[in-house]
Amino acid sequence: MPEKTVTIASRSGLHARPAKIFVQAAAKQGVPVRLRVGDKPSVPATSMLGVLALGAEQGTAVTLQAEGPGAEEALDALAELLARDLDAEDPNA
Amino acid sequence: MADVVRGLGVSPGRAAGQAHRMARPPVLPPRGTVTDPAREIGLAVAALAAVAGHLEQHAAKAAGADARAILEAQSLMAADPALRESVEEAVGAGLTAAHAVDAACAHHREALLAAGGYFADRAGDLDDIRNRAVAAVLGLPMPGVPDPGHPYILIADDLAPADTAGLDTGTVLALVTEKGGPTSHTAILARTFGMPAIVACPGAAGIGDGTWITVDGASGEVAIGVGEDTAAAVQSEARAARESRSAGRGPGRTADGHPVPLLLNIGSARDLGTGDAEGVGLFRTEFLFLGRGDAPSFDEQVAAYTAVLQALPGRRVVIRTLDAGSDKPLPFLGLPEEANPALGVRGLRTARNRPEVLDTQLDAIAEAARASDAETWVMAPMVSTVAEAAGFARRARARGLRHVGVMVEVPAAALHARRLLAEVDFLSIGTNDLGQYAFAADRQHGELADLLDPWQPGLLGLIAMCGEAGREAGKPVGVCGEAAADPLLATVLVGLGVGSLSMAAPSVPGVREALGRHSMQECREHARLALAAGDPAEARAAMTGAGH
Repeated sequence: MPEKTVTIASRSGLHARPAKIFVQAAAKQGVPVRLRVGDKPSVPATSMLGVLALGAEQGTAVTLQAEGPGAEEALDALAELLARDLDAEDPNA
Repeated sequence: MADVVRGLGVSPGRAAGQAHRMARPPVLPPRGTVTDPAREIGLAVAALAAVAGHLEQHAAKAAGADARAILEAQSLMAADPALRESVEEAVGAGLTAAHAVDAACAHHREALLAAGGYFADRAGDLDDIRNRAVAAVLGLPMPGVPDPGHPYILIADDLAPADTAGLDTGTVLALVTEKGGPTSHTAILARTFGMPAIVACPGAAGIGDGTWITVDGASGEVAIGVGEDTAAAVQSEARAARESRSAGRGPGRTADGHPVPLLLNIGSARDLGTGDAEGVGLFRTEFLFLGRGDAPSFDEQVAAYTAVLQALPGRRVVIRTLDAGSDKPLPFLGLPEEANPALGVRGLRTARNRPEVLDTQLDAIAEAARASDAETWVMAPMVSTVAEAAGFARRARARGLRHVGVMVEVPAAALHARRLLAEVDFLSIGTNDLGQYAFAADRQHGELADLLDPWQPGLLGLIAMCGEAGREAGKPVGVCGEAAADPLLATVLVGLGVGSLSMAAPSVPGVREALGRHSMQECREHARLALAAGDPAEARAAMTGAGH
């Protein structure tokens, strides 16, 4: 299954606003995407509770996985989000 | 004729208005049998969807990007497909809708708690979702702060910080709780906003929503079912009292003119308000450090300190160095988890492992001080020995900082106040922690609230030792803590030798007024009576006898 590993850049980790932005973006992808930390069980990227329970802080490496048509594009789009410091961006922009 | 019920008045003032109750969390009904699983799932899913919608609406109205993000994230939790799956599983296992919501939330709660840190803090958001969704399934009123659309008096079992985060202090006229004590969150909140409040009033349980009541926060009396005339009279009296208080201006002083600077407790320049403050008695610098993976840079810190110092030219600004610990964890400090955080590596003690964090902070404070006309004071939190005070003073003075002090939060520091003042220029008493450590009572422990009452004569005795040491040394001793915001207790503190009081901005007018009504001689008499009292209730009662 295609995977992509990326380091969380947001200051507050995958929490609060960054988590919200990520979960909403995951829901817009054409394919189901899952997310995991290390070799722990993965969670659906559209699950706010699952994403929070990963406990991914700034600097944590997380792995995105998806399968099927459009999987690569979905992985690229979501990986790009996680690699940005979403806390530093203007919330009103 | 109105019925009168009594409680403990914890924040003086009178108010009249309609009572509205904060609904309690719903109680689960006995477990029933599921006859139609699809119906139970439908009920539970509809309730969760309603909660998600409600939270989304609140998010849209929220002031500030942070508050909005938290509510939006919470709304996404309620709408989480994983939560829905857990509900379906629970119904499959034989639970009715309300129990299925409860079980599903409990399942995900565990996972959040296991993630630790600020992820675990979100468990409270999930509890809120659970309470709201269970109430929706059962057709009970939505728990949380009511929103009747007009000013009202809030009645509650008790209030927790989470309950009051969204409280509109412009709409709530007064607070009445069935439980709670003089240092409960309700009392603190009410005093901070100068709002009349009564706690420990079991009779409030019988007050129906929409009933007209009057509240007297000094005597602790609630009159239920008052007539229009009475209500109107109390309202106009309350308005006049508010206006007279807010008309009070100028520096704090006793009736006979002894100056007692009334300073502000702030977390950033935003808390300074209208800017007529006499100064800042406690500038908490934690906000710069919280929730980040690395320490803020020197430049970033200089900018934040400068913003405060430049707003107060010629006035005193007491900056407290980083007060963190495993109870307020900062990832970059790399502090290990501790069994007993309140007694662990916190405050100045964090400089044992990471001295460079304190050094950078002192460098930044010194740099900001050089570039402003404010009188910059700096102090360290959680100092317990003379050697710690001396070490901190050396580091601060080496950077050119001229007013160096320490906080007195540990009984050992109060006992050695005289020796501390041989090393530093001032003391600032943090009464909340000093109470916690002197009485071995956790600040968060609701059942021990009586031990944490700032009127405890034992606590006042420790404050008296500091005041005495300050008088002897001719050096300032201030109080920055809950105690300073209590107008009557402020007179006691001044009588004990405390020279300045620091509090949240809304508390200043009440304290200014109370001091202005008492001479220094009367303050000393208050102090003598409070120290001699057997317990906090007796101490408060003695003030009334003293002609307060």
